[in-house]
Amino acid sequence: MILRNALGAATALAMLATVSAHADTITIATVNNGDMIRMQGMTDDFTKQTGHDVEWVTLEENVLRQRVTTDITTKGGAFDIMTIGMYEAPIWGANGWLVPLDDLSAGYDVDDILPAMRGGLSHEGTLYAAPFYGESSMIMYRTDLMEKAGMEMPDAPSWAFIAKAARAMTDRDEEINGICLRGKAGWGEGGAFITAMSNSFGARWFDEDWNAQFDSREWSDTLNFFVNMMNDAGPPGYATNGFNENLSLFQQGKCGMWIDATVAASFVTNPDDSKVADKVGFALAPDNGLGKRSNWLWAWALAIPAGTQNEAAAKQFIEWATSKGYIELVADKEGWANVPPGARVSLYENANYKDIPFAQMTLDSILSADPNNSTVDPSPYVGIQFAAIPEFAGIATEVSQEFSAAYAGQQSVEEALEKAQAITNEAMEAAGYR
Amino acid sequence: MARAVSPRRKLVFTLLAWAVGLLIFFPIYWTILTSFKTEGQAINDPPLFFAFDWTLENYALVQERSDYMRYLWNSVIIAGGSTLLGILVAVPAAWSMAFVPSKRTKDILLWMLSTKMLPAVGVLYPIYLLFIEMGLLDTRLGLVVVLMLINLPIIVWMLYTYFREIPVDILEAARMDGANLRSEIFYVLAPMAIPGIASTVLLSLILAWNEAFWTLNLTAAKAAPLTAFIASYSSPEGLFYAKLSAASTMAIAPILILGWFSQKQLVRGLTFGAVK
Repeated sequence: MILRNALGAATALAMLATVSAHADTITIATVNNGDMIRMQGMTDDFTKQTGHDVEWVTLEENVLRQRVTTDITTKGGAFDIMTIGMYEAPIWGANGWLVPLDDLSAGYDVDDILPAMRGGLSHEGTLYAAPFYGESSMIMYRTDLMEKAGMEMPDAPSWAFIAKAARAMTDRDEEINGICLRGKAGWGEGGAFITAMSNSFGARWFDEDWNAQFDSREWSDTLNFFVNMMNDAGPPGYATNGFNENLSLFQQGKCGMWIDATVAASFVTNPDDSKVADKVGFALAPDNGLGKRSNWLWAWALAIPAGTQNEAAAKQFIEWATSKGYIELVADKEGWANVPPGARVSLYENANYKDIPFAQMTLDSILSADPNNSTVDPSPYVGIQFAAIPEFAGIATEVSQEFSAAYAGQQSVEEALEKAQAITNEAMEAAGYR
Repeated sequence: MARAVSPRRKLVFTLLAWAVGLLIFFPIYWTILTSFKTEGQAINDPPLFFAFDWTLENYALVQERSDYMRYLWNSVIIAGGSTLLGILVAVPAAWSMAFVPSKRTKDILLWMLSTKMLPAVGVLYPIYLLFIEMGLLDTRLGLVVVLMLINLPIIVWMLYTYFREIPVDILEAARMDGANLRSEIFYVLAPMAIPGIASTVLLSLILAWNEAFWTLNLTAAKAAPLTAFIASYSSPEGLFYAKLSAASTMAIAPILILGWFSQKQLVRGLTFGAVK
């Protein structure tokens, strides 16, 4: 008996020593949003399972992007895991800056990741970042105002219907704007929206020889349609409105429709923050009958920079944070409405999750987005609201500034397109594409 | 003889000064006020000035989510360290420029000041690579050195203009009495220049406390100061203005209190011979 107890104690000590010997501290850079903050609160579960400690560096999205880009391009090694998006993952993966996630455990079930997400986070078939959550964009609309306007929202409306409904719902005396859309400069703000919208009008950023296409009729149609509709039915000063400004307007009951990220659905239906929580309906982002809708695809994903000292622990964390088990952990502690959406097929097969009002429309929106085939005419790039080339962020930021100036009435649509054409061609020539 | 100011004119200027003061203070006031609102009240239209349910919920949430004391301690070390180091370097430099000027002194001063015109992002990569090479990334020591170098031109310039107000005859008298250079600076010059040095120290502390570009880009988890603490509550996708305001209030409170208590010293130093 004594011997057995002694052996038991020795085994326990040995196990403890093993855990301690392999216990690492990993540093994770991430963005400040509800899902990521929730993950930080759950980290104790990971530490308990593995013995590894986690240190968080939480930053605003644009600051994070600059910070992790500086670190990875200089091989700084400040982070063991970086939160990156669909724009960075394939480019950094191709450059050899990220550790390939091709040896994840069988229990992780990598085939359960939504194909669109997996494709957008891979390069030549190799996954470089695991999606923590994914999103597309869709229409969120006021059911009461739509009814008042005597119209009925189809599940998959056209832009013509949206423009007509927006004008019908607008009531300037009551400060009701028929439609709220992003006009703010920035490739991830207004730039993302107008690029996704242009796909449905048959426009594209580049032809197959990387020539800019802003002199095309399709781009002119897109921008003129947007400006006319927003001038008639959009909020005043829409040229400076981004996600947060429109969210605030919608929650205050001042928008008839809002086309934006699917994650916004949980905000506008939350009665604590939204005055119209019980009057919100959802529909797919509009199209123009050309076979492409105007929704985008995005994922915030976890990736490991090549050269990190804690690769094994980092992989363990990624497996934990993006697993089915994590989804169940969040559902158990905070309810199904708060689980990270848009990453796994199995979530949408779960009977509990199907009860969430926006779950099906989110999935349908994600499934209707194809980053490998986003334009009507062929294009040489991957991506829907962006082109996955390193130069895009800089070019698109400048182009979106010209567009915002047109929205604000500081220049005409034609002038903005002319400048966009020149800016893009010049940058692509300097980068050696043309 | 001082020109007489009519009571009406005095009233107008007083009201104008108050209006400008309130205008400058309004963003700080609004931030503090928002920190006591719920997220819904923070975005309410029309804005709520006083008639809302005051809550400490945001402070509790921020406290629960972040280790405020760690960020605060890092800020104290970085701002204090860079100021101390800056003063140690700047006092002798300003002394030599003020009392032993050469033909190139003015040019050197202007050149030092011109380094402030360089956009910080232009030297981010070289500095980042140097930090990696020297093992200074995410260390307080690295930031102390960088912030000292960034603020040095302003510190030297302020001290120089202040030292110029001190009669050189007093220093010469000290030399005649056998004071060496060290005694001259520490026992004669420094006591006379205390108001100027104090206001320079305060300004350097404020600048280092508020510096965001380098403190965000050269730190990760260990040396991050309060600027990183604020940045962790900012989000372009989600309305967290009340929490962000609570975090901002907690971050600016120490330097605001310090500035409040030392405002007389600061104004005196800034207006008497320093920055003109």
